[in-house]
Amino acid sequence: MWRGFTTLLKRDLVLAMRRRTDILTTLFFFIIVVSLFPLGVGTEKEILRKIAPGVVWIAALLASMLALERLFADDHADGSLEQMLLTPQPVALLVLAKVTAHWLLTGLPLVLIAPLVGLQYHVGAGVTAVMMQTLLVGTPVLSLIGAIGAALTLGLRGGGILISLLILPLYIPVLVYGSGAVAESMAGGGELGAYFQLLFAFLILALVFAPWATAAALKISTE
Amino acid sequence: MNIKWFKYAAPSTFYPLAGRMIPWLWVSAVLFIGIGLYWGFFRTPSILTDQKEYYRIIFPHVAAAWMSMWLYIVLVGWALVGLIFQTRISFMMAEAVAPTGAIMTFIALVTGAFWGKTSWGTWWDWDPRMTSELILLFVYIGYMALQSAIDDRRRADRAAAVLALVGAVTVPIIFWSVNCPDPNQCTALHQQSGMGKVDRNIVIAMLVTSLGFWLYSFAIIFQRVRNIILERERNTRWVMALPEVRGGK
Repeated sequence: MWRGFTTLLKRDLVLAMRRRTDILTTLFFFIIVVSLFPLGVGTEKEILRKIAPGVVWIAALLASMLALERLFADDHADGSLEQMLLTPQPVALLVLAKVTAHWLLTGLPLVLIAPLVGLQYHVGAGVTAVMMQTLLVGTPVLSLIGAIGAALTLGLRGGGILISLLILPLYIPVLVYGSGAVAESMAGGGELGAYFQLLFAFLILALVFAPWATAAALKISTE
Repeated sequence: MNIKWFKYAAPSTFYPLAGRMIPWLWVSAVLFIGIGLYWGFFRTPSILTDQKEYYRIIFPHVAAAWMSMWLYIVLVGWALVGLIFQTRISFMMAEAVAPTGAIMTFIALVTGAFWGKTSWGTWWDWDPRMTSELILLFVYIGYMALQSAIDDRRRADRAAAVLALVGAVTVPIIFWSVNCPDPNQCTALHQQSGMGKVDRNIVIAMLVTSLGFWLYSFAIIFQRVRNIILERERNTRWVMALPEVRGGK
């Protein structure tokens, strides 16, 4: 059963490596959004430090949402998605493989680029580390929840803008606790355990329920 | 006793039933809202400790806020029934409930803003209840957007139903996350709800108004569902045989 998972994961990674611009687009979108805020709200260190947690998380939300449209779209267009649904493998597992690949290509780069944001917003090394950790736990949740929206809007006109309507409200808990943890570490509080426990709880919930809901949505969208 | 549970699950039997119920629902809705608001506006104490006449906006406000949440539960219920039993009428009901739910949410937000301006000196505050009501509005809008974006009826119904279920799982988490993002600072501007502390006249007026809003919601939902039935089943023989359809041609 896991061979189906690893095969699909490898296939998606290889396909992405053949077309690297797709990964870089998401990454640069994130960097550009983050860089626009200082130009809009002013470059005082105090203000930047104050808005950094929210800005980095909202930019991550938007970046991961923009990348969602392509999660199933290419496979749907060339028919390979239907072949995958016809295989004896559990669909939820195949969904999980695709979401994992998607996160490795669009979520993980955001985590790795976070130190750059730390420098831009003068937040210091300790806070940057917390920022990276919250992104590391939080972005997989975004990919998992987003996959449901991507499956529901598969092949629709204006699917991209529709996904944002459906999915952004569902991202709120991750946004609240992700940026909450960063703000808390900035205020010098050591009580980060509760935030991380909740973020992990969201991750586990999303891991259990989202692939299953996505599989149901894919079956509805392709029948 | 042999109950035919699914008798009214067929559009052809539900359509006339809804048609017979609508006038009664309308009459009782007008009656209950009229009595409730009259009682609220003229038969309740005019001055509560620090608030003046403007507190009377709570009668429509509370009724609309309750309906906004209750209608989402109804919506999810029909979506679930539809996904399990594959009955056409349940998806039609879900589709018909959504606009009324969104309107009720909107009314609750607007009347709440008036209350906030007079009572707290601000139109809006990022208080847990207000925020979650706003997010509920977004969820309703997402449901309606998905439903109307898909041309294929069957897919639209089922995709929107899945979205409603996902929303039902997520909304409590959202409510609780905006409710207390920081475990140390659980302050809220919005009053805690508690019927025990309120004057009995106010409670009666609120309950009667809410019942009236409930009756109104179902009157308008049944009217909408009748239109949806006519639209979707327009090629069936029983719809073509209806006097109102035949008469138009």
